[in-house]
Formats: sequence, C-alpha cells, structure tokens
Amino acid sequence: AFFWLVSLLLSSLIWFITVKTSDPWDEPLQKGLLIFGVMFSVLLQEAFRFLYYKLLRKAIEGLVALSKDGCSPISIQQMAYVAGVGFGLMSGAFSMINLLADALGPGTVGIHGDSQLYFLTSAFMTMVLIFLHTFWGILFFHGCEHRHWWEVTAVIVMHLAVSGLTFWNPLYLGSLVPSYLLMATAAAWAYLLSGGSAQNLRRFLLCKS
Amino acid sequence: MITFMNNSDSEEEPCNERTSLMSAESPPVPSYQDGLQASEAGEAQAHRKRRTGSSRSPNNVADGDTSDLGVPVRESALENEEEELTLKYGAKHVIMLFVPVTLCMIVVVATIKSVRFYTEKNGQLIYTPFSEDTPSVGQRLLNSVLNTIIMISVIVVMTVFLVLLYKYRCYKFIHGWLILSSLMLLFLFTYIYLGEVLKTYNVAMDYPTLILVIWNFGAVGMICIHWKGPLQLQQAYLIMISALMALVFIKYLPEWSAWVILGAISVYDLMAVLCPKGPLRMLVETAQERNEPIFPALIYSSAMIWTVGMAKPETAARGPSQQTWDAAEDGRENHRSPSHADCQVSETRSPVPTHPITSFEELEEEERGVKLGLGDFIFYSVLVGKAAATASGDWNTTLACFVAILIGLCLTLLLLAVFKKALPALPISITFGLIFYFSTDNLVRPFMDTLASHQLYI
Repeated sequence: AFFWLVSLLLSSLIWFITVKTSDPWDEPLQKGLLIFGVMFSVLLQEAFRFLYYKLLRKAIEGLVALSKDGCSPISIQQMAYVAGVGFGLMSGAFSMINLLADALGPGTVGIHGDSQLYFLTSAFMTMVLIFLHTFWGILFFHGCEHRHWWEVTAVIVMHLAVSGLTFWNPLYLGSLVPSYLLMATAAAWAYLLSGGSAQNLRRFLLCKS
Repeated sequence: MITFMNNSDSEEEPCNERTSLMSAESPPVPSYQDGLQASEAGEAQAHRKRRTGSSRSPNNVADGDTSDLGVPVRESALENEEEELTLKYGAKHVIMLFVPVTLCMIVVVATIKSVRFYTEKNGQLIYTPFSEDTPSVGQRLLNSVLNTIIMISVIVVMTVFLVLLYKYRCYKFIHGWLILSSLMLLFLFTYIYLGEVLKTYNVAMDYPTLILVIWNFGAVGMICIHWKGPLQLQQAYLIMISALMALVFIKYLPEWSAWVILGAISVYDLMAVLCPKGPLRMLVETAQERNEPIFPALIYSSAMIWTVGMAKPETAARGPSQQTWDAAEDGRENHRSPSHADCQVSETRSPVPTHPITSFEELEEEERGVKLGLGDFIFYSVLVGKAAATASGDWNTTLACFVAILIGLCLTLLLLAVFKKALPALPISITFGLIFYFSTDNLVRPFMDTLASHQLYI
C-alpha cells in the first residue's frame, strides 16, 4: 500500500508540474495531459510493484538465511498475493473514499446531465480494479520469479488497457464489460499459476475431500 | 474558557513526558534468551534486569558474569535462534502496536469529522500565545515559529524537571503530579467530550445520569491506569486518554504552529533519546542503574505479565519499610514513557529489588511485548486529526497520512529489533506523515479530483 502511495505521489507530482506549466484554458491540451498523466501513473505503479518485488525478494533471502530449516515462514506466492491486495486496496480506497463521503451528503446524482449511474459504476469499477491488482500481483511476481518477462509485459499491457478503457466512461458498456472480461482472464491465469486446476476447482465446489 | 486554559497547565505536564521515548528496551528476544540463561544459571540479577526491561548490554554483562556454564558455545547457538525469534516476535509486535495506534487514530478522525466543536477556533492555549490571524505570510510564519519555540521549551523544562525529580527520588511528588493530571484528563476532558458528542447528535441527557457515567468511567480509569486492572481495559483507557489529549491539541493549536510543533517535537525526541546528555536517555539509564522499571502507567504495553499472584506473598514478606518503597515505586511507575508494562507489572515489579528466585518459572511464561509511549500515540493522532480537519475535507490525505505513520512505526520497530535499545518513535513516522500530508494535499488531490470528475481510473 505504501509503495502504491509513493508511486501515486510521484505521478501526481509529474502531472501537477505539467499542468502548472501549461495553459489552463486549452481544453484538448489539458485532456491530453491528463491522458499522459494516467499512462505515466500506470507505468510508475508497475515500476513500484517491481521495486517492491525486489525488496521482498531480499527479505525472503534474509528470512531463509536465518531460519533453522532453510525455508522461510512465508512463501513468495503469499507475498505476491499480499502485495497485490495492498496495491488494490490502496488504489480502491483512494478512488472511492471521497465518493463515499460525498454519497452521505445531500445531493442528486447526475443532476447536471451526467450519468445517474455514477456511484454504481464507480463502485463496480473500483471492485474490478482491486481484484485486478490482486491478480496482477500474483502474475507479476510469478513472472519475475521465473523470468517470464512476457508475463510481466502482459500485466503492464493489461493495466494500461484497463486504464485506457476508463476513458470511455460514461459509455459504461465500453469500460466495465471488457474490464470484467480481463479480470476473469487474469483470475483464471493467476489461479493456474498458483497451482490450481480444473480438478481442484471441481473438487472444491462439490465438497469432495 | 479561561478556567480551561488555566487547567491545561497541569494537563500539559503529563503530555510532555508522554512525548518521549519509544518502545522496549525490552524487545522480546533478549528477555527470552535471558530467560533461558537465567533458568540455567538461576541468577537473580539476570532476572531483575529482564524484569526491568533494560537494554541488551546490561543483560549480557550480567549473564556473562554469572553463568560460567560453557556459555560461549551456547551463546553462538542461541544467537541464531535469538535472531529468528527477533524477527518472529518482531512481526507479531508490529501488529500488536498497529491495532492500538489505528484505534486511536480512528477515534480522533471520527470525532473530528463529526463533532464540529473540535474544528472551531475558540482561543489558544497559553503555551502558544502568538496568534496566527496576521495579514502577512511572513508574520504568520514568525508567530508559528515563536509558538513552537515556547512550546518546545516548556516541554524540555518539564522533562528535565521530571528527570531531576526522578534522580533525587521524589517519587511521591511525581506520583501526585501524575494522579492529578490523569484525574483531570479522565474527568474534565471526558465531560467536555461527552457534552460535545451529545450536542452533535442532539441527544438529551440529564445530569444524574451524566454524573454516574462520568464518575464510573473516571474511577475505573484511575484504578486501571494507576493500579491493577485487566490488560485490555487498561489498554482501552490509555487509547482513550491519548485520543482525548490529541483532540485538545488539535482544537487549541493554531494551524501552522501545529505543523511546526510536530516537526520540532520529532527532532526533540530524536535528540532527547539518542544524545548522551538527553533527558530521556538519562532517565532510562538512571532507571537501569537502579534496576527499576520505568513508569508503566503512561506507556502503552502490549504484553501480559502473569506473575501477579506470585509476587504478592513476596511483597507481604518484605516488611513495612519495603512497603513504602514499593508504593513509591508504583507511583513513579505511573508516569513516563519509554517502554514498559502495564499496571499488573507495577505490582509485580515491587518485589523486584528483593527478588525471589522462585518466581523464575512464572517469568518464563511471560510474553514479551513491545511498549510505546503515550506521547507517541498523541502526536500520531494529532497529525492524522489535523490532516482530517484541515485538508479541505479530503479523505485521501487522511488515509495517506495514516499509511505513512504506520509504515514509519514499522520501520522504527525494525530498527528496534536491530539495535535493541530504546529508540524514539516519533521522528520517522512524523517525517513520513508530514511529507505525505503536504504532498497529498497539494499534489495528489487535484490529480485525483480531476480523475474522479472524468471517472478515470489509474
């Protein structure tokens, strides 16, 4: 969570600088700067995820060296999961919390002609992002562990794609549906990477031992 | 208002002391190891040192002196185990400290966001006499710096005074001072707080009920904090009084002064704990020399000591002269930071100087915990509360400061596990908190607002 926060800080610093040094009345330019800011932020988030991976790798090596039987109390997969959840929660919290605070207050959604589904779609979008961050965490760490750089690239591309899709809001069909599809893909992929399989799933669902 | 300000005199004193040191000179591992060696050596001294939670080196000295049992071999084998234990217990203790700090912050933020009273400007404390309602920026900055200087010097003077009192064994005075200040906190501030909360939610309450509630709350609080009580209840009370104190600071410190004071106090904390002539360090060392525990009741402890029952017969056996010493020690233990145990410990600590060997077995069951000074709680909550109060109603800033403080605490505990001596808890967390507050408020907020208005996600 802290690492995500720092990446957000740096990316907003960059965006802020670019906005302050540009003409505030130029609409397309502002929009362009915003797009640039978003993309840069995504890249920075992934970069920080990588840095976090490096840090955790060192920590695991330290734990293994210190432990009696040569294996660390927490595996890299668990750490990947936790890192993903941390990123996701922080990202979700930052996206949603002001919205939630405003939702308590008096007001009407979409009174100025915007979409009336604003809160609902924001909630769904946040949820999909949190899940995605968790799965991306697992995929990313797995890719770094086994040097499957294509996995890492896939995560980055997916993140850029999801962020890019949100540019189609308020055309919610265009942003939410593909995001959920991407999430399902990422979920299945992460599940398979973590050692799950169709048989495990069936056994679990049918409550067999 | 005036009476309030006058009263704040005595209430300021405890919080000054509370701002100091951080947890444990008794991080889990040394005590565990000492426990092992002590049980082998059966050494009173090691036991006493462990019980007083002193730092590593005196323990080592004691152990080295007393146990000649082919220790070198055992020591190297134990070191590995000890380091693993450090990390294992370290992680557990980080969590054990996260929960109370989070709870305190939640209480403060919830109150700030809902009760208008604490964000209204209704005068200032006499410790910050310069007003910030000046027309020019430079004047305002100057005033806030002057306010900070006055506040910090008050704190320094109080701390030095306390250290002198402790050095010259004026335990009764300290005891009385502490009782007075916690009385005021528990009764007066709770009364004001309850009044404001009831006003906000428009709930009517009659005076008899109010008196009953506040009397019970205050009386149980006094007993829990200064004497014996269940650990959870004592922890809850300590969290509550920290939150109350933080709310008072948030209300009565003017804006810029608050930020400058936070910065200055973390610098002061760093110096007071780490410099050889720093008052807090001298206090710690004096306590170690005398093999006494340092002031349990104004320190939040996450540990549970189980030897209360065992200690009782020992105390009774001691004799009348010892009783007064124990009472005085209890009193002394009730104030002051750096680490140390809860009121149950203060009971068991009384017989420590006399130290019976038979209570070893009990001690090994003791679960070592980490201790954090209440001043640290207060200033963390002040930072987060100020962020909640003044960041243009933005929750992102509050959240960012919260995460920053917790990460700072984590790092401090890590350093504690590495260095194994008393460390200041304020500097790292407050630095992170300040950086994140200012950057989130000025940089991240416009970015996130723009993103939210277009419903873009990053």
